[in-house]
Amino acid sequence: MYRFVVRRLLLAALTMFIVSIVTFFMLRLIPGDIIDLMLADFGYAADRGLLETQLGLNLPLYTQFSNWFFGLLTGDLGDSLWTGRTVAEELSVRYPVTIELAAIALISSVVISIPVGIITAVRQDTWVDYILRSTSIGFVAVPVLWIGTLVITVPAILWGWSPPLSYVPFADNPLKNLSVMLLPGLIIGVPLIGGVIRMTRAMMLEVVRQDYIRTAWAKGLRPRTIWYRHAVRNAMIPVLSLLGLQIPFLLGGTVVIEQIFNLPGMGQYMLSSLQHRDYVPAQTIVLIFAAGTVLINLIVDLLYSYLDPRIRYA
Amino acid sequence: MVSNENMSTEAVVSRAHGNSLRSSARNLIARLYREKPLGFIGAVIVFIMITMAAFAPWIAPYPFDEPHYSNSLEGSSPAFIMGTDFLGRDLFSRLVYGARVSITVAVGSVLLGSLLAGILGITSGYIGGRYDTIVQRAVDAWMSVPPLLFLLFIMSILGPSALNVTIVLGLVAIRESRVLRGSVLSIKENAYIEAARINAASTGRILWQHVLPNVMVPIIILASLRLGQVILIEASLSFLGYGVPAPFPSWGRMLSSESRNYMETAPWLAIWPGVFLSLTVFGWNVLGDALRDLLDPRMRGTGGGYRS
Repeated sequence: MYRFVVRRLLLAALTMFIVSIVTFFMLRLIPGDIIDLMLADFGYAADRGLLETQLGLNLPLYTQFSNWFFGLLTGDLGDSLWTGRTVAEELSVRYPVTIELAAIALISSVVISIPVGIITAVRQDTWVDYILRSTSIGFVAVPVLWIGTLVITVPAILWGWSPPLSYVPFADNPLKNLSVMLLPGLIIGVPLIGGVIRMTRAMMLEVVRQDYIRTAWAKGLRPRTIWYRHAVRNAMIPVLSLLGLQIPFLLGGTVVIEQIFNLPGMGQYMLSSLQHRDYVPAQTIVLIFAAGTVLINLIVDLLYSYLDPRIRYA
Repeated sequence: MVSNENMSTEAVVSRAHGNSLRSSARNLIARLYREKPLGFIGAVIVFIMITMAAFAPWIAPYPFDEPHYSNSLEGSSPAFIMGTDFLGRDLFSRLVYGARVSITVAVGSVLLGSLLAGILGITSGYIGGRYDTIVQRAVDAWMSVPPLLFLLFIMSILGPSALNVTIVLGLVAIRESRVLRGSVLSIKENAYIEAARINAASTGRILWQHVLPNVMVPIIILASLRLGQVILIEASLSFLGYGVPAPFPSWGRMLSSESRNYMETAPWLAIWPGVFLSLTVFGWNVLGDALRDLLDPRMRGTGGGYRS
């Protein structure tokens, strides 16, 4: 177990290193964009050379990379080329927004879809099953960006009401914060709800065909005990891995939703820095999202052995 | 699918295989209708969308960029069945051409992606060793980054254009090369591969003649499952301003801020593009699911999950 975690952490470090190299060099392949923008818009410096020196863009690429990379290791996320503020400072305000959105999406979708998935399996081939299942297929197909757009425009047309679009930090006013964040968070979770319902149903139906479930029936256990104590736990394992795999898509959803609901999260920061060709924040955010994904997948793998004692990592 | 060389038994067998593929395509549609009604509905939706894309100039009553300033933001009427946008362009015509944009980008990128995933998965699985390790670590890295974010990043470097979106969306398939690698690992152990190797067939020939035909089914399944996903990501990229540029009508961009300001007075601008987008994604998804169930039930659990 211990060795497994260490091995996975080393692999994760390697993954992060590859991601950082790729994002860094990809952006530097096209040099000078930000310099042009800065010179044109603001006249920040007398000439290109001076500005490049100020921003450290005149150094050789590998020096720039190692500065940035080793900075990351020591917790220095670099400075925004555009504003000159540190990325860490900017992110410290923004990361709670994105994490809260992702958490609301994940929790709400699990809370809604696992029970629904179990119901569709227990009531297989009844009208309950058909209705819930077709809804779940629809959920997967409806794009987050459309639901977001509808939620903002339709209530405004029908009732002259639209969801609040001014972000309030959780620490300032938890209730107000939730009233702003709940809706966008739920919307990000919608496609996940569809996917998890389908996966839960499929896995439940697969599990209940197995011998130990037949044994449980033969022993004369109550149906409730069989479904909820014997079947569910084993059906949850693949569902869990689906959840882990969907994390990157969930984080992608936050970018779109933050834009629609005007929330000052990491996705919005990424978009605005891309607009200015401001490399450093963009590559740092990609890296942070990647780290989050890797970490969550590690946690999912560890949860496996908790849910299924047969799985042991050596 | 077979190059015309000498008539070895192998080529004959492969040719027969090609014929059976064609007739089994016809069978597949029949089976879809009988066994997977939902998948058949998906196929019908997809067929309608493809027809709209192919015959857009004949179906759309107006050119997609023709403004009718005096009719701007009008609701549906006989002249403009789904209303007009802020420049007085006919919404229905734009949606029909939008199908062309969406399908072209999606199909192009899925073909490209299948090629990429096929090459990566097959070579990585077959060759193994250090090459496999390196490729798999790169795939790990790719899978750890939210695709939308990474594609945004690349698109901001390349600049928005339909061709760039198509190429970049092809990268989405890298994730699936792992599934193909898995199948190749088991195919590799078959006796006929060994036989080919004993006959001194080159690695390239083994991959092309013996491994590729055996992973064609997973490649097709993965491609059909990926189509809906790619359409959604294209819409998201265009929505955020990094996808297919104006004046081409992309469903995603039609929902973006450029028309958001008008949506309260002209709700049809918020509704119809989303309906077209969702229907298309729904069609591809259920068709892909049905194809997977019919062609290879073992692949259940691959894809069909959450799309952003």
